[in-house]
Amino acid sequence: MTPAVSVSDLRKTYKTGTVALRGVSLEVAQGDFFALLGPNGAGKTTIIGILCGLTVKTGGEAKIFDASIDTDPVKAKSYIGLVPQEFNINIFEKVIDIIVDQAGFYGIPRAEAIKKAEPILKDLGLWEKRNEPSQQLSGGMKRRLMIARALIHKPQLLILDEPTAGVDVELRRSMWGFLRKMNAEGTTIILTTHYLEEAEQLCRTVAVINKGEIVLSEPMTTLLQRYGGEEKLEDIYLGLIGAEKEEVKTA
Amino acid sequence: MMRREFVRIIRIWSQTLLPPVVTTSLYFVVFGTFIGSQLPPIHGFSYIQFIVPGLIMMGVITSAYSNTVSTFYFAKWMRTIDEILVSPTPDWVVITGFVSGGVLRGLLVGILVLIVSLFFTHFQIVNALVLIAALILTSVLFSFAGLINGIYAKGFDGISIVPTFVLTPLTYLGGIFYSIEQFPQFWQNVSLANPILYMVNAFRYGFLGISDVPLWICFSVLIGFNLVCTFVAVYLFKKGIGLKN
Ligand SMILES: Nc1ncnc2c1ncn2[C@@H]1O[C@H](COP(=O)(O)OP(=O)(O)OP(=O)(O)O)[C@@H](O)[C@H]1O
Ligand SMILES: [Mg+2]
Repeated sequence: MTPAVSVSDLRKTYKTGTVALRGVSLEVAQGDFFALLGPNGAGKTTIIGILCGLTVKTGGEAKIFDASIDTDPVKAKSYIGLVPQEFNINIFEKVIDIIVDQAGFYGIPRAEAIKKAEPILKDLGLWEKRNEPSQQLSGGMKRRLMIARALIHKPQLLILDEPTAGVDVELRRSMWGFLRKMNAEGTTIILTTHYLEEAEQLCRTVAVINKGEIVLSEPMTTLLQRYGGEEKLEDIYLGLIGAEKEEVKTA
Repeated sequence: MMRREFVRIIRIWSQTLLPPVVTTSLYFVVFGTFIGSQLPPIHGFSYIQFIVPGLIMMGVITSAYSNTVSTFYFAKWMRTIDEILVSPTPDWVVITGFVSGGVLRGLLVGILVLIVSLFFTHFQIVNALVLIAALILTSVLFSFAGLINGIYAKGFDGISIVPTFVLTPLTYLGGIFYSIEQFPQFWQNVSLANPILYMVNAFRYGFLGISDVPLWICFSVLIGFNLVCTFVAVYLFKKGIGLKN
């Protein structure tokens, strides 16, 4: 089966001279729930930006299902739903309009989009707020709105860049439930998060990136077992990142 | 996207449609009625009749330009443009969406100013085809120009510099208020370097049947600039300049 995402030797140097990615290779299987972990500035958002066509890569290749982001970007993009790290919603528009406009970019007509929006907004607890300007939503609601927006075209691959940042415990749990359901229904999910517990709870595969390089990529169970099944993901992770940092210092 | 632009224009009509109409009405009153009545006719037309086409053109140019530059920059600033960039919308559709917003607003303002001008003077339309062609080509051109400005703009200053220091002077010197034949030779030549002169004259020909420059040159200039701007906008989008990291 073609992987949902395959990335090989991806490189990115920003105009400022910052080297964000130093040859990243990754594969995400179809139907996987994939955690992309790493400290601040590791390059997670950069990888996602490249996959989604927001960032221009310096080198390497990437494919989304059967479509290369270079030769068939329109098709590649049509597979993806993105929940970006930074808020990017038009604060003057109403919730429902934001969703419907988004659907328009995927060629879904207005009437159909409204129909499709209803279950999604209900699932995410935003239906009552549909006629409010997004300005009046709380931070957590805005996050959920961005998730709803990413789902309107039923993407096969959902990419979430820190979707639970600033979301309260209760809500986070309900978002987990929602994402699990999406995944069970066949959507491949890539998630970045700084909550290791979240990754441990949700994801089947983990990759850790540090300073633009993948330091680990394997199934969650294998990883936990290798460490004797006693250590939590968080400890393993800290060990990895710490070791890396020391290596860099001594090098 | 076009529908959204249209809704936006209507919703905030007091900001998007009213100012250009009020400004041009003031021109009609001050230049047209008060001062114009003191002036000798130009090419057999009263001063106010002479300036009406130019004033409509001025409204169209500034509205089309400022509409695309501000919508586009705003989308960039709020990062809502990212949602369009990640979607499988081809570049040309995105460009058409933004440009048609500007064209729509340009045309609406043009029509409103025309209606207002009828309170001050009357005229017949000599050549409707020329008139409409000039009107559409001009609003398309300046919508594209506004889009290009929006792509390059890095701050809110960046969206007002060009209109203030380039567009306004060029419009004022673009033969709206005078015929360049009234100028000494040197200034006539300088004026001929101003693309807006050709648009104003093409448009004026549509109304009054007079033009300082031959019509075919006017349209060549219009079409030429349109092609250049279209090409530049498409190129910038393709390269992601000012849009992608
Ligand atoms: N637009 C940009 N211009 C220049 N450098 C950038 C830009 N965006 C990111 N960087 C740099 O690239 C590196 C990787 O950043 P990136 O945003 O991918 O990290 P991240 O893993 O998503 O971090 P976080 O967990 O904080 O979101 C950092 O050193 C960052 O400073
Ligand atoms: Mg990030």
